[in-house]
Amino acid sequence: MKKQKYERPIINRISIAVSNKFGPKGKIDIISDIDGIPVKELVGKYGSPLYAISEKTLRETYNRAKQAFSTRYPKVQFAWSYKTNYLNAVCKLYHKLGSWAEVVSGFEYDKAIDNGVQGSNIIFNGPDKSEEDLTKAIKNGSLIHVDHFDELYMIMDLAEKMEETPKLAIRVNMDTGIYPQWDRFGFNYENGEAWNALNRIMLNENVDLVGLHTHIGTYILTPNAYGVAAYKLAELAVRIDKKYNHKIKYIDMGGGFASKNTLKGAYLPGTDTCPSFDDYAEAITNALINSEIDPEHLPTLFLETGRALIDDAGYLLGTVLANKRLADGRRSTIIDIGVNMLFTSFWYEHNIVPAQETTHHTEDTTIYGPLCMNIDVIRAAIQFPLLNKGDNVVINRIGAYNMTQWLQFITFRPNVILIDTEGNTHIIRENETKKTFEQLERVPEYLR
Amino acid sequence: MNIKKDIAISDSGFVFDPTTGESYSLNPIGVEILTLLKEGNDQQEITDFIIQRYEIDKSTFENNYYDFINMLKKFNLIEAEA
Ligand SMILES: Cc1ncc(COP(=O)(O)O)c(C=O)c1O
Repeated sequence: MKKQKYERPIINRISIAVSNKFGPKGKIDIISDIDGIPVKELVGKYGSPLYAISEKTLRETYNRAKQAFSTRYPKVQFAWSYKTNYLNAVCKLYHKLGSWAEVVSGFEYDKAIDNGVQGSNIIFNGPDKSEEDLTKAIKNGSLIHVDHFDELYMIMDLAEKMEETPKLAIRVNMDTGIYPQWDRFGFNYENGEAWNALNRIMLNENVDLVGLHTHIGTYILTPNAYGVAAYKLAELAVRIDKKYNHKIKYIDMGGGFASKNTLKGAYLPGTDTCPSFDDYAEAITNALINSEIDPEHLPTLFLETGRALIDDAGYLLGTVLANKRLADGRRSTIIDIGVNMLFTSFWYEHNIVPAQETTHHTEDTTIYGPLCMNIDVIRAAIQFPLLNKGDNVVINRIGAYNMTQWLQFITFRPNVILIDTEGNTHIIRENETKKTFEQLERVPEYLR
Repeated sequence: MNIKKDIAISDSGFVFDPTTGESYSLNPIGVEILTLLKEGNDQQEITDFIIQRYEIDKSTFENNYYDFINMLKKFNLIEAEA
């Protein structure tokens, strides 16, 4: 007699409530392959855990975003926000697609240069630009976005000393009707500080005002906030033109479009609440086109979109290490992906699914990472099927920030692979080894 | 170990406990084991029965069996030892 397929015995209490904190009991999704390559095969070849980036999804997402804006506005330029994911292969893909670079440190700046970006196509943001960084940026004709007056005066001094004319924009913060208002970066619109900074720039002959910049926040769910912001920047451009007969070359709306991830505590999943690129594009381009800006001199629209471009292209593949019962009877599943590799788990309820067919029975489960720390919780409460030790799991939509904010702890950061559009896989960052760390450490003579 | 005498087990995988009014859902193998327990089989007998019928090794099943029994205890479906 042929034996039957086994599945472990389970029993669940039926609760009357339609859905509890563990979420609705629906169909169990699985992700068994990434762009046609089985998860098992990828993990077998490159190890577990493993970061994988889909070039196909990256391109499709970029093209959708590009399309949304360029069908509504004549001059659009994306600048890849390096901090979101600065693996060189990823940056190069965006540059190949036509993106400039948006950087916030000397390290990122040098990376952009090494990735072949022309100095004049680099936007230099952030509050921490050293004199050395600024000197380089001025020499290369990069677009320097001034964050505060101390920086502005340093630039003016350098410009005079270097006998160069740096190209400047100011970062403007403002009330767009959303909370929290990011007022710690740049110059405030409502209290006149931004206007004041613009006047000081216009009155100094050694610097050239080329743009206006804002970044109103991140994971912004209300497109209308962008409409308000674009309108306010347009208003500044018009005032500058009136007073100095000087045309602003670009308006940079920063990043901040939401990805389809679900925020912690959100009532509905991000897939239901996240606006589309078209929604954001409609709000921004309408505000610019309907503003008082002379239509003959429409500024280029810059976008520094980060998470909304790359999140969907990134996957984290892992393996079940063990199942346990907690003291109160809840199931816990331990996987080899810790929160140190999934930094965004501090604000997202990440989607995690099995990589192979499972029973359709689910249990209230807590999913832990392997770190010996209580905070290492990937999902505190999820309806999850019973997986066995050695089974694979996939966390999708992790392309943004995880490969830059990851923390090395207890063990090494794993391989990152790129799956190209032909289905070939390439390691784009090798897994770390003991040697990686030993190279940097020094033991004082007396301790040897 | 005694399963509560008065619980009702349906073939479709539902269990009703009239003393508490609680209902439970089980997968088919869960129903099978619960029924075997109710009929008075001990762990050895149940293990033999299951590994003969299913593609599973003894130690994995034992691991799962104890986990299942713990859940039955947690849900008070097992009578306290006399
Ligand atoms: C100045 C600037 N531009 C762009 C971005 C990218 O933002 P996001 O990933 O939300 O699109 C950031 C992120 O913090 C930023 O600070």
